[in-house]
Amino acid sequence: MSREAVILFLRTMIARAYPRIVGQNREPSWVLIDVGLPLLGTSAYVFIYRALQAPEAYIGFVILGGAMTAFWLNVLWSMSSQLYWEKESGNLPLFIIAPGPMMGILAGMALGGMLATTLRALVIVLAGSLLFGVRYAPADPLALIGTFLLTLLALYGLGMLLASLFLMWGREAWHLSNLLQEPIYLLSGFYFPIRALGFWVGALASLIPLTLGLDAMRQLLFPQAASGLFPVGVEIAGLVALSGIFLLAAHQALNTMEQLARREGRLTERRR
Amino acid sequence: MENRSVPAVRTERLTRVYRVARKRGQPPQERVALHEVDLEIHPGELFGLLGPNGAGKTTLIKILTTLLLPTSGRAWVAGYDVVTQPEAIRRRINMVAGGESCGYGLLTVRENLWMFSQFYGLDNRTARRRIEELLERFGLRDRGDSKMSDLSTGLRQKVNIIRGFLTDPEILFLDEPTLGLDVNAARQIRSFIREWIRERPGRTILLTTHYMLEADELCDRVAIIDRGRILACDSPGNLKRRLQRDAVFSLEIDSLVGPIPSLRGIPGVRQAYYRPRDGRAEVDLILEEEGVIGPVISALTAHGAHILSLRKREPTLEDVFVSLVGRGLSEGEEEPE
Repeated sequence: MSREAVILFLRTMIARAYPRIVGQNREPSWVLIDVGLPLLGTSAYVFIYRALQAPEAYIGFVILGGAMTAFWLNVLWSMSSQLYWEKESGNLPLFIIAPGPMMGILAGMALGGMLATTLRALVIVLAGSLLFGVRYAPADPLALIGTFLLTLLALYGLGMLLASLFLMWGREAWHLSNLLQEPIYLLSGFYFPIRALGFWVGALASLIPLTLGLDAMRQLLFPQAASGLFPVGVEIAGLVALSGIFLLAAHQALNTMEQLARREGRLTERRR
Repeated sequence: MENRSVPAVRTERLTRVYRVARKRGQPPQERVALHEVDLEIHPGELFGLLGPNGAGKTTLIKILTTLLLPTSGRAWVAGYDVVTQPEAIRRRINMVAGGESCGYGLLTVRENLWMFSQFYGLDNRTARRRIEELLERFGLRDRGDSKMSDLSTGLRQKVNIIRGFLTDPEILFLDEPTLGLDVNAARQIRSFIREWIRERPGRTILLTTHYMLEADELCDRVAIIDRGRILACDSPGNLKRRLQRDAVFSLEIDSLVGPIPSLRGIPGVRQAYYRPRDGRAEVDLILEEEGVIGPVISALTAHGAHILSLRKREPTLEDVFVSLVGRGLSEGEEEPE
């Protein structure tokens, strides 16, 4: 890759991240929709655990799960089906005919989504922790931050792969996102330790980056209480592998789907 | 720098067939959008593609801008193959489609334009300078910090036009750029297009339009396209000169009693084209000689029409189109997207 190509990639990525970072915060409704509503859902689980007199660390598990829900929703609705919306609004053909690579566009969408959602997730963690008096005892803050970043990389890699696959589709992409939303809540253990699903189901669910990421972060944040599916080191290695696989697969899928869409005339049509 | 010996655009027997879905259980229907189109556009030309809706103009633009693959035939843009070398083409082109908006409603005009400039690798200083120059040129400087969602359709279309010129492309594709705009906005855009290409010898514009005045006023050469086929290609003057020996008339009549009489059956009538307007009708006539107008008027009055006005005039590109296909530019068919 030449120097010019790298610069073009970076310019494309930063430019596409810009609307997500700056534009989305111009609508004050995000405080209610992106923070208020997830916090309400999270609170319901907190009260269930309190009623069952579950260990106090479970409240922390739920708050963390609630914060990570924001990333999953962002990946699902603002990554996977995004190219469908770009097609509907007339932007997709302009992205395609520009020399900036489509991987740069997807990376920009991911970067913007990560940064904007991190703000929302932090507010959820902060508000939830203050409301319910959660205390954290991170054993290794660096490992925690690294795991968080790796989880995002793998998760948004998955988002980029889904976006590439959905390039061909119209409304079906939207329906598929709808279909994926709830099962992932269950399979990634947003509101409970994944081990509760049993080892084999948990192991299978580890193909979803959130499963491994959440489990590892819970072990790092609540070392005494968390009983992880795998040791943290294994989960981090899994996240590294998933990141690589998803990013490479996204690149391959994007090229294939773009070629297919050019052949079938799907890059601009909006009726299917 | 572009190589002037290489055509800006060249197509060879370019064909695109769409498979249009029908009712469930029935096989898809094939529809030919472009049929063996041969075209050569030279660097520095402002080339027009004139045809009604559904003629194949947008399909041709999509193939040339690498958004669509041809079914058969070949096409080159700036000497690069549209099928195998799309990246090389994308570095040299830009496109503006009329009736489309671009960017994100939450961003301001300046932010949206900056964003698109980055996809072309423009450095920030150049991008911002060009944005200011173009906003000034289009009288939008005071709206530069308005959100896109707050702009009217016409202003959004102007921003879209600015986006296309911002990257100073070697070859620019303008697909119905003045579609749906009011007269003043359309005039401003036409005037800008003319100046832009005059100031930049060697830059090429391919403009599609179904407004004959736009093609006549702007283009060095015009190709007339209908149902996927190029019917004629020449300068507007030469195209109109094809009708120089003919007599071209416009008649205005009030409502007819009964069906519209078939004027084409009258000896000496090459083409006759009705255009209904507010309860009246305009009839454009291309006649072999002036004397044929007598029998035409007799035929119309025999059907109860009152002649409100009669005018002999110079032929237009629309007359050329009518003489070639037997119907007007406004009578189009829907083109598959």
